[in-house]
Amino acid sequence: MNLAILLAAVLLLALYSYALGRGRALGQTTGHPSELHSRPGYYGTYTALWSVIPALLVIAIWLMAEGVIVEGLVVASLPQAQQDLPNAQLGLLLNDIRNVASGAFSAEQAEPFVRAAAERYNGLRLTSFIGMAAIAVLLAVIGLYWARRAIDPGLRARNAVERIVMVFLVAASTIAIFTTVGIVLSLLFEAWRFFSQVPFYEFLFGLQWSPQIALRADQVGSSGAFGAVPIFAGTLLISFIAMVVAVPVGLMSAIYMAEYATPKFRSFVKPLLEVLAGIPTVVYGFFAALTVAPQIRGFGESFGLDVASESALAAGLVMGIMIIPFVSSLSDDVISAVPRSLREGSYGMGATKSETIVRVILPAALPGIVGSILLAVSRAIGETMIVVMAAGLAANLTANPFQAVTTVTVQIVTLLVGDQEFDSPKTLAAFALGLVLFFITLCLNVIALHVVRKYREQYD
Amino acid sequence: MSMTEDSQTPEASTPVETLTTETTPKMIGRDVSVFYADKQALFDVDIDIVEKEVTALIGPSGCGKSTFLRCMNRMNDVIEGCSVTGTISMDDGDIYDPKVDVVQLRARVGMVFQKPNPFPKSIYENVAYGPRIHGLAANKAEMDAIVESSLRRASLWEEVKDRLEQPGTGLSGGQQQRLCIARAIAVEPEVILMDEPCSALDPIATARIEELIHELRENFTIVIVTHSMQQAARVSQKTAFFHLGNLVEYGETEVLFTNPSDERTQGYITGRFG
Amino acid sequence: MTDATVPNDPAAPVRDAEGIAAAVQKSLKKRYARETRFKLYGVAAIGFALAVLVLLFFTIISNGYTAFVQTKVQLPIDLAQSEIDPDGSGDPEVIGKANYRSLVFNAMRGEFPSVSGRTNRRALTGLLSSGADFELREAVLADPSLIGGVRQVWLTMSDDADVFIKGRSTDVDLADGRGRVSLFDESGVVTVTSGEDDFAQALTDVKDALAEQAVRAENEAARRQGSIALFTAALNENPSEEKAAELREDLERTRAEIIDFEARAADLRDRAAAAGGEEAMDSSMPSYFAVVNGGVVKATSVSANSLTGEVILPLDSLDPAAAGDWRVLSLETPEESRRVKDNQAVWLWTLQQEGKVETKFNTTFFTAGDSREPEQAGIWGAAVGSFWTLLVTLLLSFPIGVMAAVYLEEFAPKNRWTDLVEVNINNLAAVPSIVFGLLGLAMFLNVFGLPRSAPLVGGMVLTLMTLPTIIIASRAALKSVPPSIREAALGMGASRLQAMTHHVLPLALPGMLTGTIIGMAQALGETAPLLMIGMVAFIVDIPGGMTDPATVLPVQIFLWADAPERAFVERTSAAIMVLLGFLILMNLTAVLLRKKFETRW
Repeated sequence: MNLAILLAAVLLLALYSYALGRGRALGQTTGHPSELHSRPGYYGTYTALWSVIPALLVIAIWLMAEGVIVEGLVVASLPQAQQDLPNAQLGLLLNDIRNVASGAFSAEQAEPFVRAAAERYNGLRLTSFIGMAAIAVLLAVIGLYWARRAIDPGLRARNAVERIVMVFLVAASTIAIFTTVGIVLSLLFEAWRFFSQVPFYEFLFGLQWSPQIALRADQVGSSGAFGAVPIFAGTLLISFIAMVVAVPVGLMSAIYMAEYATPKFRSFVKPLLEVLAGIPTVVYGFFAALTVAPQIRGFGESFGLDVASESALAAGLVMGIMIIPFVSSLSDDVISAVPRSLREGSYGMGATKSETIVRVILPAALPGIVGSILLAVSRAIGETMIVVMAAGLAANLTANPFQAVTTVTVQIVTLLVGDQEFDSPKTLAAFALGLVLFFITLCLNVIALHVVRKYREQYD
Repeated sequence: MSMTEDSQTPEASTPVETLTTETTPKMIGRDVSVFYADKQALFDVDIDIVEKEVTALIGPSGCGKSTFLRCMNRMNDVIEGCSVTGTISMDDGDIYDPKVDVVQLRARVGMVFQKPNPFPKSIYENVAYGPRIHGLAANKAEMDAIVESSLRRASLWEEVKDRLEQPGTGLSGGQQQRLCIARAIAVEPEVILMDEPCSALDPIATARIEELIHELRENFTIVIVTHSMQQAARVSQKTAFFHLGNLVEYGETEVLFTNPSDERTQGYITGRFG
Repeated sequence: MTDATVPNDPAAPVRDAEGIAAAVQKSLKKRYARETRFKLYGVAAIGFALAVLVLLFFTIISNGYTAFVQTKVQLPIDLAQSEIDPDGSGDPEVIGKANYRSLVFNAMRGEFPSVSGRTNRRALTGLLSSGADFELREAVLADPSLIGGVRQVWLTMSDDADVFIKGRSTDVDLADGRGRVSLFDESGVVTVTSGEDDFAQALTDVKDALAEQAVRAENEAARRQGSIALFTAALNENPSEEKAAELREDLERTRAEIIDFEARAADLRDRAAAAGGEEAMDSSMPSYFAVVNGGVVKATSVSANSLTGEVILPLDSLDPAAAGDWRVLSLETPEESRRVKDNQAVWLWTLQQEGKVETKFNTTFFTAGDSREPEQAGIWGAAVGSFWTLLVTLLLSFPIGVMAAVYLEEFAPKNRWTDLVEVNINNLAAVPSIVFGLLGLAMFLNVFGLPRSAPLVGGMVLTLMTLPTIIIASRAALKSVPPSIREAALGMGASRLQAMTHHVLPLALPGMLTGTIIGMAQALGETAPLLMIGMVAFIVDIPGGMTDPATVLPVQIFLWADAPERAFVERTSAAIMVLLGFLILMNLTAVLLRKKFETRW
């Protein structure tokens, strides 16, 4: 709340600076704005930027650093016995302190040293905030003063403002890079911690997956097993089923749409297929668990088959349905990109439409189609909600589509939803799985995008 | 490319016909009009295409010459909203008769396009495409024979015989166009339609194609659309001049170029418009 | 035509016009059949996709539409002054502290005074929602003039009652009695004897159930045959004396059991096959009731023309009833496989007959937060959470996306760095969404220490996820503005940035907005990354800001889909309908926007 007031104050100051800068620039002319190098508004903006940017930067950096520093100070003030606690328990204690400090927990029930720490915590934060506010406002005023002094008709205010705007534009465009770097770093860091507890080869080649870690060391099976092969196999099985559904259906509908459909039919059916693509995956998951899985189970049982209620088939089937519009729209683009002259060449020989499609268009479009199928595979591997809701949790190593298998994404969700301890391999395993997932989908995407781009260049 | 090089192929041994014998029309167009949606592109064209002669269709861009050419093997069927009225008959049968099968028709009336458009397949497969889809070869040996003879007749055999398995798209522009011609003649069509076959080629490649057209005339009826009057004069026996969707004048090439009866033709061939 | 055929060469191809025409002719039929078949595959593929779409919508709607109404019961509640506000102070504090629970329960018991015994009375009040007393309290607080008299109040019923009234728990069938019945009461067990075979259907049901039980008994026997084989095999392997004794004992016991089961199966089969007779009923069979003389008798045994059983609602008299004056009530689903027990069903049915139970528009569903009780759960909390999350996403992703697009499309030099940025953006668009969740967890929560479950963090994660979509769409929009416009502005002496902001940006804005709306729609439907950052917690309160714990619509759907209560199925479906409604609305807006501003240069 206080922060909002501070931000509002800084922004008000910015408005004031704008007016001030603009006024001063105009005041230095004989009444003709054209005597200025730039339009008067630029002088205003120039002044405002000088006053607001340093202040905001200070606030941002301060807020990022504050938590760690204040907590460090609070911990240092705790009794020695508490300071010596292991990290996990210290974290819990800090949580208590924070809760007491914010009033979420009643202070009366807390232990005295917690209460004291909470008071100290609140005091430190208040001091910190006052310091931050003071420095920020001071900087804003200094910036304002400095910029105001710099204003004269010869100042190239527009160029200066544009340079700053350009910095923002460049910064915005690098966010994609930072995101990727952030993903790689966070996955690598946590995964590295995981591999320092569980050997790399055991994770990649182990056949046993049971990530439950006993709470006490003396419990039976106190160490979990982290062999991820069953998970990879499950992921592949479900993705394979999905592709078996999605590729033929998606490809055939794309062919029909591109080659046979009348424009009227196209304009009617295409949006409907896009609806299929726009349905949230959680809805597909619900559909799979509520309708498809019981149907398949019942169907299988009528043939005397033993079908698990969370069969890989149900999840894969629904995932395939989800991917149909994806394959179909990508392939449609690819097929439409095949030049007309090839079609005419074939028709001119007396080929029928299907002969032209099968013998000329599809071979010509093959790289593009392969690219879109790779993208679809990457999507199937990374899909989460359908499998979380319709596939199993137990890691079975099987190729039987009627049994329940688990996938990488299901495991990530199960391991990370609920209580997390960030030094237990159980939690860290999720990041190792995430790393594998990211790496595989990245490879698929890079290859697929490259293939598709090369393909497009060929016919452009 | 001279005839002697192809002397071992049987068709080279057929005696060369004298040029202006009494002509039998291979295809006859009567009152042919073409509409794209509401726009009329061709007005009541009457024309007789003579067997085993080269007929050139000339005229300024947008005059309807290509449109008429595409009517002759019903390639316009592929275009949305295009309709054709009047009759075009071939050996006394109307090709727009509902009973006529386009697939069959196009096997009899082949086509070569403006831009060389070899399929993204091997040279061999390009030529084998037609015979394969129409089921003309009973076995590999037959297919090999068809491919070889077609390539020879398109005077491409010597250049590609050692790389039949390489993609057809890897050839030079002129070679690609000859490959397309080989592809077209592989199904032994009776008529070959050529839609500005040399417009994308350099002069040397053009000269080779023209030479080839001259040779093919012995066995095929050829209709060629061309932009170049010189080319029409060089390769054709009959010339039809189209203007604004009308067939203005049609007759012996020599006559049309030396002594046109219509002043629009006169204007066009003397370069006053076009 | 050339004469290419060398007649003596068998490999010579067909080379004359007639031969070729014939060959083509010959191939035609097969080729056209193949053509038709191929086209059919295409139609089948599209048909399959559309059929699934229809099935999906049908499933969701048919499951969900009933959630928009909620079963309520009208009870006369004695809001005596002395009970609620003895001093007549009118002080909300006092009024709020009255014992509404007992008022509600007493009113419910008042409807069925005959119900006695702790269990039964509990079952009766259990038909009310556990929030009914709060509902009454709110009503009284809102309108204190209700105090002092008996008022008819509509109160929410429990999810089980709701499911039953909506017909989703069992089929309820009511048939008029065809024969005249005489009644006979023997120490509380009443026998209803009809002149016609009014209970034939009940008897058939019972026999069907018996036949099923017979099959089950046979299966048990067969299973034990397997055990015997195992024991015998073990005995043959010369076990120790002790072990052998044990095995023999097992063998003995199992043999006895088999005999037992076989006898039972045979008995059941005989009973199922026999015509007529009287059979006892149990909770694994459909329930039958005789509704006669103002009371209800539940069948515990039936024959074709008589029904014997316990009284659930007392009869006015034991006088005979004429045909048409009494009825047979049946519940198709056996009692053991439904949540509403027979007596509760009868009470509900009676209330329904009296017009005291009705389904009314379910305001709770649209105004409440989550709850463990289906009848008290609503989507408002999740909707507000979605609103905050999307607001953060929009505020961050639109300006950043547009700025990035402007830079990349208009200003960026063509070099390795911009290539890298571009490859990165395209890749991010295809990275699984859950990976963004992992990033949010590791970076935003663990490194920056931002609060868990907060829309702020959710919005930040979704921003990173939707940015590629927005950037790609915005770049396309910028690309479609012809260079002539830029040149015109530059030629007038505008700086590149001015040309951009004054001329190009306004023209590209509709396209950018379209892309942003589509990105927002994606974000609205996204679930997986939000699970990672704790937006999956059970949150009852409506979030009041960006840092309050919250959940979002798709996560709410996920949570409800996991809940075991039958009543949550329809609520999940209804929440999906709401979510899809929003998505369709957003996409339509995008389409309209594109149509309206679509310019061909």
